[in-house]
Amino acid sequence: MKLTLHVWRQRSSQDSGRMVRYELADVNPDMSFLEMLDVLNEQLLSKGEEPVAFDHDCREGICGSCGFVINGVAHGPQRGTTVCQLHMRHYHDGDELYLEPWRAAAFPVVKDLVVDRGALDRIIAAGGFISVQTGAAPDGNAIPVPKGNADMAMDAAQCIGCGACVAACPNASASLFTAAKVSHLNLLPQGQPEKADRVLKMVVQANEELFGSCTNIGECTSVCPKGIPLEMIARMNRDYLSAALVRR
Amino acid sequence: MQLNSRIPSGPIEQRWDKCRFEMKLVNPANKRKFSVIVVGTGLAGGAAAATLAELGYNVKCFCFQDSPRRAHSIAAQGGINAAKNYQNDGDSIYRLFYDTVKGGDFRARESNVYRLAQVSVNIIDQCVAQGVPFAREYGGVLANRSFGGAQVSRTFYARGQTGQQLLLGAYQALERQIGAGRVAMFPRTEMLDLIVVDGRARGIITRDLMTGKIETHLADAVVLGTGGYGNVFFLSTNAKGSNCTAIWRAYKRGALFANPCFTQIHPTCIPVSGDYQSKLTLMSESLRNDGRIWVPVKKGDTRSPEQIPESERDYYLERRYPSFGNLVPRDVASRAAKGVCDEGRGVGGTGLGVYLDFSDSIRRLGEGAIRERYGNLFEMYERITGEDPYKVPMRIFPAIHYTMGGLWVDYHLMSTIPGLFVIGEANFSDHGANRLGASALMQGLADGYFVLPYTIGDYLANAKLHKVGGDHPACREADASVRERLKGFLSIGGKRSADSFHRELGKIVWDECGMARNADGLGKALEAIPALREEFWSNLAVPGTGEELNQQLEKAGRVADYFELAELMCLDALTREESCGGHFREEHQTPEGEAMRDDDKFCHAAAWEYKGDGAKPERHIEHLEFEYVKPSQRSYK
Repeated sequence: MKLTLHVWRQRSSQDSGRMVRYELADVNPDMSFLEMLDVLNEQLLSKGEEPVAFDHDCREGICGSCGFVINGVAHGPQRGTTVCQLHMRHYHDGDELYLEPWRAAAFPVVKDLVVDRGALDRIIAAGGFISVQTGAAPDGNAIPVPKGNADMAMDAAQCIGCGACVAACPNASASLFTAAKVSHLNLLPQGQPEKADRVLKMVVQANEELFGSCTNIGECTSVCPKGIPLEMIARMNRDYLSAALVRR
Repeated sequence: MQLNSRIPSGPIEQRWDKCRFEMKLVNPANKRKFSVIVVGTGLAGGAAAATLAELGYNVKCFCFQDSPRRAHSIAAQGGINAAKNYQNDGDSIYRLFYDTVKGGDFRARESNVYRLAQVSVNIIDQCVAQGVPFAREYGGVLANRSFGGAQVSRTFYARGQTGQQLLLGAYQALERQIGAGRVAMFPRTEMLDLIVVDGRARGIITRDLMTGKIETHLADAVVLGTGGYGNVFFLSTNAKGSNCTAIWRAYKRGALFANPCFTQIHPTCIPVSGDYQSKLTLMSESLRNDGRIWVPVKKGDTRSPEQIPESERDYYLERRYPSFGNLVPRDVASRAAKGVCDEGRGVGGTGLGVYLDFSDSIRRLGEGAIRERYGNLFEMYERITGEDPYKVPMRIFPAIHYTMGGLWVDYHLMSTIPGLFVIGEANFSDHGANRLGASALMQGLADGYFVLPYTIGDYLANAKLHKVGGDHPACREADASVRERLKGFLSIGGKRSADSFHRELGKIVWDECGMARNADGLGKALEAIPALREEFWSNLAVPGTGEELNQQLEKAGRVADYFELAELMCLDALTREESCGGHFREEHQTPEGEAMRDDDKFCHAAAWEYKGDGAKPERHIEHLEFEYVKPSQRSYK
């Protein structure tokens, strides 16, 4: 099939950036979306032009490196799927596609479709952990964890940190990302001692990184490749509220 | 060069204790006077960086990804082994040790493997304490499963995302230290050379991938946890960015490279669909528990699978290995698949595939039960191939998955360059010629949390290091050579992309040094690789400059190193005149076509020493002593 691509090209964070149009013939329906971009890049290279920069690594939908907006939707049209796992059989001959990087004040563009997501790491560094030194652990079965809690913690822990939730949110809020980590750890008995401290610090850090607030729109969860549910944000807000009351 | 593996003496179960007791300790107040560089943030590197910082060392940590959470350990699906014996089914440290030595086809170092089995139990405790959401039983205790044909249930898992959850545990521990200011983290930074001063590893040269800035980082010791080199085949289950550059640069600075030809091929991957293919996707080995593998009896049978009657199907694993059937080890299953495809009985458009059929299990257990066990894998398969595996059999084919070879290390995980430690998949030590399922995660975390943090202290306490400045001639020389090399790539001005060379190189290595090897093919590869490398250095196209994010320049450097490593792999495979584990030399097989070891001549690790570009590397050997597990022929009949 033949496709028309409009790709955001931006040399660096200082450059203003623009959409550039490319025609691509002979797209095989079994290709992944990123393999289609590989083919485009080979063509650009053979013409002496600079290839499109995009982040990617595992190409199995788990590392969270890849991601951009396709026709206004983060990670494209297929639910629960990162762009590396999206395949071209979902498109038709003659389709026109607009590719843009994640847009958020907290995610400055590095080049083309590549953004800097370091802010997400700093939210984790603020409190997204359990403080246990190597070697200081009791036996793994010393603390039983109800299966339901363990399963729910796992649902939250699946977050791959790709940033699609931020890109999809009109407020550029990192609430789903932050809530997933808060919920994962606060649901487990091991996470209880630092429960209040954790949620307060992580939420403060997210604000300092210039992420917006949550207004319950739900775009985040609909583009989340791991389907992290909106309830996680409610859980975080509840933990935050009770922590804030105790700390006042 | 005499290889000193520094294996402690005495009964095997006391060796690690003895070693720890004999090691010199660094006074807590003095730890902050030492600095350590850790390259790589996977299970090994991430765990090591966090643990060293907790102990009080100054740590600088580097990864090429945009965040330490993205290292390729994240993609491991199945699980992690530990000799907890929570299932009361007869497991023990000794049994895990025994299985690992035997599974490695008697080419691993016994003492290292025993230590690995010992600390496996601590790993699970540590990960649980960090909040890793392992699968649980209704009573709240940890669940286990049997994996990869093991006869005990010793595998701990977090759905199909065990690697992700373990890595996030290590990443969170690391972020905690970054937040506390005890680790300086350098994401999107690639190590391009090792600095060796007076024979000791003292630092690295890096390139900031965002700005192109070349920097010198100095320390008292350097730790490489940079993973394996499976991407030498171009198509592998590794992440696209996984590369051999760090270990290869260390090799060229004097670290010996052991058993490069020991690579593992995983039998259950999704087959190649076209020449645009950029990587291969693994389907968890657990699928073989309920799926039956078959091909048509007749050559060139193009009927769709449901039209092929039972009598015209060849369930070749069940036929050849009646007692293990579809659960034979990875190397055996992979070779058998290659065999039937070579006979012209492969399935799918390319003829390079075999069926993995769930219809019997679905009939027996119901679709619901299968969905519960493998739902996420079936979804992934459908996403990639567009076929519904509940209705049509999956098509699978073997792919490169893991590399057992790596930099040679002693019992302390130190390479032949004092002060250079190598951990996780990047070293060669624990898996011999074949790795068992759910053992890679175990080794990465064992090295990072529980072995290296002790042994590096002993080195630092004894080393008596002088202060080295960035203006030291060794630093300047390394810095200049990195700059010159980058300039070299940018100035070739040729026509072909690094990827196109990589693809062609991978094809040569896969054809001649893949699932089966022979002297003739390896000889051909040793001629073809240098010829292609010559073209690479004269016809490579790298657009842009070195002072910006330039993904083509990054690739060029990695592919250049793969060219050299590929040659060493073939040389090692040619020299090892036996078949063992993942290394199958067609000249050395039993009449039934099984691998035949030669313990008289090759009961050793081969460690190669770099002797200069164009010169033949020198082969050293470390004889392997099997005092506890007596070498035997593996049989799965």
